[in-house]
Amino acid sequence: MLDYETLRVIWWLILGVLLIGFAVTDGFDMGVCAIFRFVGRTDEERRALLESIEPVWEGNQVWFILGGGAVFAAWPLLYAASFSGLYLAMFLLLIGFILRPVGFGFRGKMIEPAWRNACDWGLFAGGAIPSLLFGVAFGNLFLGVPFHFDATMRPVYTGGFFNLLHPFAVLCGLVSLSMLVMHGAAYASFKVEGDIGRRAAGVGKFAAILFAICFVGAGIWVFAGLDGQRIVSAANDAGPSNPLLKSVVLARGAWLDNYRMHGLLWLAPIGGIATALLTGLNLQLRRFGAALVASGLTQAAAILTAGIALFPFLMPSSTNPNHSLTVWDASSSAKTLLIMLVAVIIFLPLVLAYTAWVYRVLRGQITLEAIRRHAGLY
Amino acid sequence: MIDFDVVTLSRLQFALTALYHFLFVPLTLGLSMLLVIMESVYVMTKKEIWKRMTKFWGVLFGINFAMGVATGITMEFQFGTNWAYYSHYVGDIFGAPLALEGLMAFFLESTFVGLFFFGWDRLSRVGHLLVTALVALGSSLSALWILIANAWMQNPAGAEFNYETMRMELVSFGAVLFNPVAQAKFVHTVAAGYVVGSVFVLAISSWYLLKGRNTEVARRSMAVAASFGLACSLSVVVLGDQSGYEASENQKMKVAAIEAEWETAAAPAAFTLFGLPDVAARKTYAEVKVPWLLGLIATRSIDQKVPGIFELVARARERVKSGILAHAALQTLRADHDDAAARAQFEAHRADLGYGLLLLRFTPDPAAATAAQIELAAWSTVPNVPVLFWSFRFMVGIGMFLVLLFTAAFYFSARHSFQRNRWFLRLAFCSLPLPWIAAEFGWVVAEYGRQPWAVDGVLPTFLGTSTTTAANVWLSLAGFVVFYTALAVVELYLMTRMIRRGPDGLGYWPDPAAGT
Repeated sequence: MLDYETLRVIWWLILGVLLIGFAVTDGFDMGVCAIFRFVGRTDEERRALLESIEPVWEGNQVWFILGGGAVFAAWPLLYAASFSGLYLAMFLLLIGFILRPVGFGFRGKMIEPAWRNACDWGLFAGGAIPSLLFGVAFGNLFLGVPFHFDATMRPVYTGGFFNLLHPFAVLCGLVSLSMLVMHGAAYASFKVEGDIGRRAAGVGKFAAILFAICFVGAGIWVFAGLDGQRIVSAANDAGPSNPLLKSVVLARGAWLDNYRMHGLLWLAPIGGIATALLTGLNLQLRRFGAALVASGLTQAAAILTAGIALFPFLMPSSTNPNHSLTVWDASSSAKTLLIMLVAVIIFLPLVLAYTAWVYRVLRGQITLEAIRRHAGLY
Repeated sequence: MIDFDVVTLSRLQFALTALYHFLFVPLTLGLSMLLVIMESVYVMTKKEIWKRMTKFWGVLFGINFAMGVATGITMEFQFGTNWAYYSHYVGDIFGAPLALEGLMAFFLESTFVGLFFFGWDRLSRVGHLLVTALVALGSSLSALWILIANAWMQNPAGAEFNYETMRMELVSFGAVLFNPVAQAKFVHTVAAGYVVGSVFVLAISSWYLLKGRNTEVARRSMAVAASFGLACSLSVVVLGDQSGYEASENQKMKVAAIEAEWETAAAPAAFTLFGLPDVAARKTYAEVKVPWLLGLIATRSIDQKVPGIFELVARARERVKSGILAHAALQTLRADHDDAAARAQFEAHRADLGYGLLLLRFTPDPAAATAAQIELAAWSTVPNVPVLFWSFRFMVGIGMFLVLLFTAAFYFSARHSFQRNRWFLRLAFCSLPLPWIAAEFGWVVAEYGRQPWAVDGVLPTFLGTSTTTAANVWLSLAGFVVFYTALAVVELYLMTRMIRRGPDGLGYWPDPAAGT
């Protein structure tokens, strides 16, 4: 049977898989939502862009919902501390995620331009706000979040909403926004024919370069300007999930400890930059399929880069680093982790299989002519 | 330590967002099943009209589905934002069914719902029917997992407190999965959802028949809704939630409160048809009773008693006293995990720890609680009697009425005589809001009746909140109210607009001529 320590690492990996699944699939939905209003010049063009994601975004979004559920089930302390601490940010995020289904569901039901404009801006917010907030959230993990636990293990957050907008966090927000816009643009260029696709590709090239610059900038900041955390107490990787039992010190650049120990890990950040540049190059060469694949790899590489840097920390505390949540002390019981692992092993491949089937059924480019033919659908 | 403004506001926000979410969920459950039935007829008979029906009701399904998803996201994350201590305290158990819901059900439903709308020209007839069926299966499975999670709050089986981690941990997943409350709830709630869908189709079709529009679609839709609705409304009433009410103390308290039964009556207990519960006097006036009925419903026997509120409070008082010992032992154990005496005391009283926690509302130190405070804690286990009493009666009354409505609909449908009985069409149309009202009352009975517990006997609601500020919760609460109200207005407007245009106004959906 798997021991507690291994289960925890597996669940850390599953968390990564879910995040990557979310960024790779729903990422392009958010990206398209963020740019369709500008790339599409007429209602027809906007409909073409939206129709490239409308049949699939709902399923894609479940990666996020499942991510939330999986954090609840596997990392309840993380779920409790992060969602309650980032209260207003979470509220904003929820509004963004509510605007999307509503925008899609309602937009086509009326033809009045004012109505469509309102829905367009709702969809724009539903794509852009979460894209930005995810990066801001990751940035705050590197900075540490002002929280601690009281004696009954109640998480206490002592910051406010505007504490989240540290310049470094805003830079990370730009990283995620540019990354998802790039992904959405690559997808739109691949999926929508003609001029619209080419215009999307132009946005994608710009976003790819912006991403590469911001990503490198954030990396340098982490190296030279941020205090990372390091566990200094004796290892108890299979101990009880109680984050009050360890000692943690701060050290400049400690977020790069894992990279210093295992040189091969540098492949993740280097891969992130390389695939982003490849995305831009492929968009330039109008190899849109290749651009989409490269951009998908960027999502994975960027998330891995952040995850590896933080490991084993899940949510560092800035006010009491000893209370930081780590892989070793914030998980569910071994029993819950094992049962949920079995469920993931059975059902995740099934999900991937039927998702792939749906994409296959929907294959092919969206043309303006097809949009005109079934004008009723929007 | 506990900010009771935050507690009240968080409860209010949870209740409002849950009740709001539950306006859309039952219709999704019911309509998806009806779509499967209609499309099956289309696949079997190849008659175009059945495809047209599926598409038309599908459009309305789509508007409603979007709202269900939008409001469901709030629910999934609200445990973390507003109920952080709850999430920590029971996440080891409660998180699992929520995650499984996403993995097994919501993924299925959401992945295929896009193909339902966009797959008509890309799939074979059978292929598309399969997609519709998977959407329906996904929504019902989704309800199953959510109700397993909810049932654990009503009857927390298969879990134990761990003082090393200060939380409840899973002992038996099977006990969580096969919780008797979950089974009763699933059948009852899903059948209620099917009833909502059936009334929706029945009422709107009646409107078309009254207007003399879309009669071909409307007649067939009514026939489907009448037979499906009759079967489901009978299931809701016969397989009521009550079969799970024997499972735990709190569930028994809920029955006593629903009945406003203060004193334990001799078996078999009578059902109170009408009465005026007086909480201050702890009495119910002007009772009209039906002999035997309650005993039969609640205990499925004629010789078992249904305990009254006084008796249950007396039991709670003993458990509070035992809980004080568990709580005291826990304080010692937290300082020194190896204290054998404390461990023995904790083991002996651990089942009552939650009752000890109830005292925290009245005193910061349960060990020093006075007799009066213990009395307050014991009486705090009684939920709001008049609200439960009346909510339950409205719910059941509507349920009974809907059985009659569907019986009549079934009769007229069999005789093809809807159009000759315009009074019935008017009645059916006016019944449109009723199943929603019943469903919301059902939520109130189940969840407001669970108070003061977040998790029955384990964690009082007031301890479950986050340590956020009241200002934050005010802001999110106001935001949700404004935002949700606006969405409700838009949704109702779009629904009525689509219904007014009707299947003929939309033509075959999508319709090039319609222009929208």
